[in-house]
Amino acid sequence: MSDHLFEYLCRMGDNTLVLGHRVSEWCGHAPVLEEDIALANTALDLIGQTTLWLDLAGEVEGAGRNADKLAFHRDVWDFRNLLLVEQPNGDFGQTMMRQFLFDAWHLLQLKALMGSSNAQVAAIAEKSSKEVTYHLERATDTVIGLGDGTEESHNRMQAALDKLWPYVGEMFVSDDVDAAMFDAGIAPDPASLRPAYDALLDDVFAAATLVRPQDDFGHKGGKSGKRHSEHLGHMLAQMQWLQRAYPDATW
Amino acid sequence: MYAQMIKSTGEGVKSLDEMDPQERAFQERINAGGKIEPKDWMPDGYRKNLIRQIGQHAHSEIVGQLPEGNWITRAPTLERKAILLAKVQDEAGHGLYLYCAAETLGVTRDQLTRDLLSGKMKYSSIFNYPTLTWADMGAVGWLVDGAAIMNQVPLQRTSYGPYARAMVRICKEESFHQRQGYDIMMKMAKGTEAQKKMAQDALNRFWGPALMMFGPSDENSVHSAQSMAWKIKMNSNDELRQKFVDECVPQAEYLGLTVPDPELKWNEERGHYDFTQPDWDEFFDVLRGNGPCNTERLEARNKAWDDGAWVRDGLMAHAAKKRAAKLAAE
Amino acid sequence: MTNATQEWPLFEIFIRGQHGLSHRHVGSLHAPDAEMAIKNARDVYTRRNEGVSIWVVQASDIAASSPEEKGSLYEPANDKVYRHPTFFDIPDEVGAM
Ligand SMILES: [Fe+2]
Ligand SMILES: [Fe+2]
Ligand SMILES: [Fe+2]
Repeated sequence: MSDHLFEYLCRMGDNTLVLGHRVSEWCGHAPVLEEDIALANTALDLIGQTTLWLDLAGEVEGAGRNADKLAFHRDVWDFRNLLLVEQPNGDFGQTMMRQFLFDAWHLLQLKALMGSSNAQVAAIAEKSSKEVTYHLERATDTVIGLGDGTEESHNRMQAALDKLWPYVGEMFVSDDVDAAMFDAGIAPDPASLRPAYDALLDDVFAAATLVRPQDDFGHKGGKSGKRHSEHLGHMLAQMQWLQRAYPDATW
Repeated sequence: MYAQMIKSTGEGVKSLDEMDPQERAFQERINAGGKIEPKDWMPDGYRKNLIRQIGQHAHSEIVGQLPEGNWITRAPTLERKAILLAKVQDEAGHGLYLYCAAETLGVTRDQLTRDLLSGKMKYSSIFNYPTLTWADMGAVGWLVDGAAIMNQVPLQRTSYGPYARAMVRICKEESFHQRQGYDIMMKMAKGTEAQKKMAQDALNRFWGPALMMFGPSDENSVHSAQSMAWKIKMNSNDELRQKFVDECVPQAEYLGLTVPDPELKWNEERGHYDFTQPDWDEFFDVLRGNGPCNTERLEARNKAWDDGAWVRDGLMAHAAKKRAAKLAAE
Repeated sequence: MTNATQEWPLFEIFIRGQHGLSHRHVGSLHAPDAEMAIKNARDVYTRRNEGVSIWVVQASDIAASSPEEKGSLYEPANDKVYRHPTFFDIPDEVGAM
């Protein structure tokens, strides 16, 4: 049980860690100052959530690891994030589409976790859901605005959606960890979130004049850690380099 | 400083008697500590100078995101990452406030941006230096933000209202920047041998460029005299540089680091430290575009602007469609 | 360097903080429309404190008094000094007021 809970908490924390890192890559390079500042706020929220999830994971594990230890001293196969969030930023449209596809799931997940049988999980979810509500609002506006903007922005958003769609399915598949969490009343059954997710996407894509891809094929291997994409290793090489190069230092 | 080489347009400072009644009233208002607001009459030179100065200041904040942004994805702990990101985000905010202040003078942000990207307008020389180790995040916060604060605090009293108000907001946010930098330096200077070495190396590389931030001596410059009369410049470059050195030396001593200046010593008589001037040839090289990172910095800003064009246009087009739909529905 | 067809318009931002009694002008920013201006204001000027209220007004829609009117607009009030609390001497015994 505590193994499964540890796994589950790593999934939550690794999602926010990896996505927060990706979004922070934009700092200083966004299309306009207002967006630069907004993206940094999103990244800051996600980094903050990471600390909460991974500290709790370390506590549950009971091996003396804290959030930093988990973030900076695990290798690719130990990471439990969705493949979606490790995908490169691409252009601003791809970044915002990734954000929207994730936020829409993230908020449903957090809302369900607010009723968790585990009080610590419920508390983190409660705090995070306030932040993520705003992330989703902003991402939704941007997806609609760019989808319905110019011909170029529309084409880029459709291309982003087509490219990222194969990474959506993984959010809703269930495995042993999910089953154990569901049985213990800690987390929802992933599949149960799909109808609400689809309904939201339909509304947003209609407003954005975007077409939802027909093929529902989904890549897997991120949240189980069995097969991440090549991108994650490069991200970790950058993120963890200082900690790994100077293991005896404190910062 | 962030606006290092502002040449004013005046030929020297006029006395009140030489001014026509309108200009005289304007100058007397400034002398009395009053604020000039956007719709008030102002001399052309005042307006032009301010646009250049505030514009350069804004550009410096924006380009200034890049050297520190260089380490956000490599910050060694989650907390350091968050602090650094928040700090660099603040700088974007500072740029935004300052562009808005400049806009009240009749330029647009896009115009100013184009002048930055084409190389026509400058930004502070300091941001053309590379950040090579994590200790540079310490040195930049401690020295670069430290120098910036020294310049910005008095500018809260500058004569142009929107500029002064932007500076008030900026100074409020700036207070944690220097402290977070010094905090990194403390950790590094009291850390492992490798960390100490990094800390000293960072101080060695940033000391001279930090002194250059205040600009060359302007004691005898008519341009400075005019800016001071208009209260858009509050102190001389040398005055601020001296103040900066006097503050930094004990801070370096506390860290156990050596300021890279063999001539540095306390002068009892003056009540200040004597120090070596930075390499002004290097400074002018950097201003001419030959600093270690000028090319990369401008390339990065140009890329962000060019790559972002479709986004700005796309959101604008959507807003127009929404407006049209709303009108049609009415 | 590409030029966007049209710059996002400028908005003036007014915020009432948690304990503020009225909206205060805090600065300006650019946005494609008023709705996005509110979101941008939240990111730029409140760093997202809960419980604040934001007003945005497109800068070009603001009518401002011109400096020449200064006298006529503001001088009449100057002699109504009783409008200012310091006009009244309140005895110390009454306490803070
Ligand atoms: Fe700065
Ligand atoms: Fe700043
Ligand atoms: Fe700063």
